[in-house]
Amino acid sequence: MPGPDLLSSQGLRLDGRRPNELRRIQCKLGVFTQPDGSAYLEQGNTKVLAAVYGPHQAAKSKSLQDSVVVNCQYSMATFSTGERKNRPRGDRKSQEMSMHLRQALMAAIKTELYPRSQIDIYVEVLQADGGAYCTSVNAATLALIDAGIPIKAYVIACTASLAWKDGEPEPLVDVSHVEEAAGGVVLTVASMPSTGAIGLIEMSHRLHMDYFDTVLSRAMQGCKDIEVILDKVVREHLAEGWTKSDDAITI
Amino acid sequence: MTSHVKIRLASERVNHSVTTNNDLPRFYTPGEVVTGMEDFMRGHGTYAVDDSLKAAVAGVMQKVNKLICIRPRKNRYVGEIGDVIVGRVLEVQQRRWKVDTNSRLDSVLQLSAVNLPGGELRRRSAEDEQMMRKHLQEGDLISAEVQSVFSDGSLSLHTRSLKYGKLGQGILIKVFPSYIKRRKNHFHHLPCGISVIIGNNGYIWITPAGQTNVVEGDDDEMAAVELQTVSRSDRDTMARVRNCIMALAASKMMLDDTSIMFAYEESLKYDDVKDLLDPEAMLDVAFLTQHRINYVVEE
Repeated sequence: MPGPDLLSSQGLRLDGRRPNELRRIQCKLGVFTQPDGSAYLEQGNTKVLAAVYGPHQAAKSKSLQDSVVVNCQYSMATFSTGERKNRPRGDRKSQEMSMHLRQALMAAIKTELYPRSQIDIYVEVLQADGGAYCTSVNAATLALIDAGIPIKAYVIACTASLAWKDGEPEPLVDVSHVEEAAGGVVLTVASMPSTGAIGLIEMSHRLHMDYFDTVLSRAMQGCKDIEVILDKVVREHLAEGWTKSDDAITI
Repeated sequence: MTSHVKIRLASERVNHSVTTNNDLPRFYTPGEVVTGMEDFMRGHGTYAVDDSLKAAVAGVMQKVNKLICIRPRKNRYVGEIGDVIVGRVLEVQQRRWKVDTNSRLDSVLQLSAVNLPGGELRRRSAEDEQMMRKHLQEGDLISAEVQSVFSDGSLSLHTRSLKYGKLGQGILIKVFPSYIKRRKNHFHHLPCGISVIIGNNGYIWITPAGQTNVVEGDDDEMAAVELQTVSRSDRDTMARVRNCIMALAASKMMLDDTSIMFAYEESLKYDDVKDLLDPEAMLDVAFLTQHRINYVVEE
């Protein structure tokens, strides 16, 4: 199965990364004052804003007696891709993305705590350079944490692909747009790395079963690596807002 | 029309942090094991898996005997009985009003829990149910106290005191409820001639001191106070107090009468009130206030 040439003879990828190397991650929590929680996340050139409202009173028609209603909205900015294009919110692609986001996040949110309430999660992709879904999930997780909504663990999403080097399969982590467009398989996993649970898994092409495990484990390793980075940022954010006058003394 | 508009580069943004001390507490993040022992009780912000207790939110631990809670840096308002709140009427229903109090579920103000204008006693008649909209309309702001908390967490309010009731002219500020310091008194008359109501739910009401928020009188008198003009100097002071509170909130400082008053005094060196909207000025005011608070605490 000779796939596209994603690895150079030195074993480096098209953008100069090693196969197990993530793109650079930069993020910030609490970027807005209006929503209850918000986050901005960059993974390489993929840039995403997430905002969380709630939990607040659910609309009567949607309200559930025993759990919270999670409402996700994924949208892409007009200028997010190479081709400038108006993207209406309700189109098929963003609807599907919203559903997938909801599925991944519902796995972590402790929904039983907030009956008759609703949580709104809005995600806006400012620049899409591969892995927009993953970055959206990660940004939404940060926004939920910023909003103080109880979640079981970090939900982290990561992609992995498969390349060939000297006839040997070599999985690639955190696939960029160029590698996606080259036509290789892309496996997307949303998981809770600290428990090992998988909230969502999706594959773009066919892949021989023999290689699936290696690709999956590379994606899971990517999730773990991202979690470490995000956890550090969350701690820094908490420390930054810490003032002496706080009355967090144990009673 | 020319106006003063400043658009900054992201790299030139001001960091509002005024943190000075290095003795940070231990922070927990979601999924982190708080304790592996079984003999602790699970409180807010935690959950139990197998025999360990894990954090569900990012924050600091609070321990009361065997009960372990993790308190997040900010969350929605969680009401407690006796809290003073400022809220907005959302809906007029059968014998009750629905009030937005920035909490998880809409709060309820029962018709039986209000004092009617003029201090007259309520006759339980169909008539006064029809008069409800005259008393409080959709969009009206009220101050109230939390009377009880229902089992699902929603709040029942009451305004059975002269302190509470419909709010007239003033400014409403919304901050995160965790920035409000719990105090014995949340109604303050500042020496600068301004009254503030610091709602526990993060809604702060600023009003000129002459305007008592509750009017004991008939509808005509109420309407007269509603339409009374507020003098220019009063409005300036109100705007200054508002900008000071925004400066403190931007720096994530706790709000109470002392910190607001300190910030107001520090802000007086800026002659023009609108100068306080500059991020540098906001940081300066917050920093000086923090310094004074630290000084007072050390005394």
